Amino acid sequence: MASKESMELRGVIARNQRWDLIVGTVGLLATALGVIILTLLFLDLVLDGWRRLTPEFFLNFPSRRPEEAGILSAWVGSALVMIVTAFTAVPLGVAAAIYLEEYAPKNWVTELIEINVTNLAAVPSIIYGLLALGLFVYILGFGHSILTAGLTLGLMILPIIIVATREALRAIPVAIREAAYALGATRWQVVSDHLIPYASGGIYTGVIIGLSRAIGETAPVITIGALTFIAFLPPIPFSGDPPAGPFDWLFSPFTVLPIQMFNWLSRPQSAFHVNAAATGIVIIVATLAMNGIAIWLRSRIRAKLKW
Amino acid sequence: MESNKRIWLGALALAGLIGTAQAQQKIVAIDGSSTVYPITEAVAEEYQKLKKGAVKVTVGISGTGGGFKKFCRGETDISDASRPILKQEMEACRQTGIEYIELPVAYDALTVVINPKNDWAEEMTVAELKKMWEPAAQGVVDNWKKVSERFPDRPLKLAGPGADSGTFDYFTEAVVGKSKSSRGDYMASEDDNVIVQFVSRDVGALGYFGLAYYTENKDKVKAVKIKKDENSPAVAPSVETVNNGTYQPLSRPIFIYVNAKAAQEKPEVREFVEFYLQNAAKLSKEVGYVDLPAKAYEMALRNFKAMKKGTAFGGEPDVGVKVEELLEREGKL
Repeated sequence: MASKESMELRGVIARNQRWDLIVGTVGLLATALGVIILTLLFLDLVLDGWRRLTPEFFLNFPSRRPEEAGILSAWVGSALVMIVTAFTAVPLGVAAAIYLEEYAPKNWVTELIEINVTNLAAVPSIIYGLLALGLFVYILGFGHSILTAGLTLGLMILPIIIVATREALRAIPVAIREAAYALGATRWQVVSDHLIPYASGGIYTGVIIGLSRAIGETAPVITIGALTFIAFLPPIPFSGDPPAGPFDWLFSPFTVLPIQMFNWLSRPQSAFHVNAAATGIVIIVATLAMNGIAIWLRSRIRAKLKW
Repeated sequence: MESNKRIWLGALALAGLIGTAQAQQKIVAIDGSSTVYPITEAVAEEYQKLKKGAVKVTVGISGTGGGFKKFCRGETDISDASRPILKQEMEACRQTGIEYIELPVAYDALTVVINPKNDWAEEMTVAELKKMWEPAAQGVVDNWKKVSERFPDRPLKLAGPGADSGTFDYFTEAVVGKSKSSRGDYMASEDDNVIVQFVSRDVGALGYFGLAYYTENKDKVKAVKIKKDENSPAVAPSVETVNNGTYQPLSRPIFIYVNAKAAQEKPEVREFVEFYLQNAAKLSKEVGYVDLPAKAYEMALRNFKAMKKGTAFGGEPDVGVKVEELLEREGKL
């Protein structure tokens, strides 16, 4: 009798273990699929474009001759736009998150703002482009410039930074706040001496994930009038004659990497398509590198934390 | 954390200082047609090399229509156009007081292409093309047999540029007889390479685009020889047939429109346009287009120096006119 019961029990256990194995395998395949597809796409790009990745490719302006054409104006443009984006989105995003998490009273207004922020993260990027075209280009008169592009992409990644910062703040144990308040600290003292330092790993991650999304964005940048052929760099502060002002570069016309890639892809000559593939490699490597830095920063700061 | 505080201060300082005045830069701003773009890009490249960076030239691709929108708002100095300016665009420019000089810079030949394995449609009349592309064909003409009895019983698949393209405007005008009048059930793409792929994969496919895309893809698609009517000879698109005027009605001049005020007040714009007309012959050939007769460039340069404003078309598309005759015509604003 007892042996029959244990037989049944063994059957149940075996069945459950079988399921465990199936789910594990399916999960592994699902995970591998994403990685394999990305790897295949990247390999295809590398096979097409690696020959063009010479120093000249990074130091030449675009040209009608594909073998002389390079991405100098495009990568400098992308880098400068990213700087403006970071300088606008990071202070605004972190400040908004701190307010919502630490200062804001819990009422329907804050609730509304919170729902809005979450929704903004899902708004298609072209909408930001159209908004920026009206606001920055025409009403504020910034023109089709690096400043406009940086502000537009800054607005676009603002929700990402706000959400990431709030998550990081929430992860800090309540005991830390209570201990500080108990010692008579003001809210700002708590925030600046404890919360920001402890949350900085999470904040950096949010910032870099936002920036790596912004660097590949094409639609809003085209909408606000990024150009296709640019064979000069924005003015370096205090250089040239008459000397450029310290912020003239913000108002310079510009192009960015994805636009340069898109233009080369639509040309008839296949040599331009090779250039497009090489530009694609540069964009993907830049994105991967930024994500790598995010992971490294997070683990470094976590290792240093001592509650 | 000291470093964090420093980042905050830096951000605030930058935000405060934005708003300082822009220095005067010498910029020639150009936007418009993707068809004219390769020529303008080549001229801009050479001109900037010549000026060693003293003048900056920017070129965008907003399409002929999008380019005119910016041009008539006064945002650009020069507009690239693969067709003449239209009535409503002339009106837009009139309202903002923008006057312009119309200058042809090269020829393009619209090329109708078929699959290399297609051996029944190597020659086609304009009437047959019309039967395929007119709005009445929508949903009806889906088989080669329905175009003409001489074709086999095979499904017909069409591809062409989208409705924002000047190439689309010109093709519909030349083939259907009315600009922008086309059937809608074809594979439309702004990227001509997609049309090349489409036609190269399907034996029954047919598409059209500019000559440069055909020249680069001769191994993938075959150009149809065009007969103006039943009795005229079949002519293949090439530099010679465009130049001697026999590839009709699908060869077309392409233009730049120069803001007259910018040309008068900005020496860099004037100098750039003169450089353009002097070098367009050599550079247009280099990027896969057909150069105008030398006399036409001389006339265009004369018109430009005399600031001859307006369009020779009066806002109506016109098929098969000689460039020299256009340049002689009275301009309308």
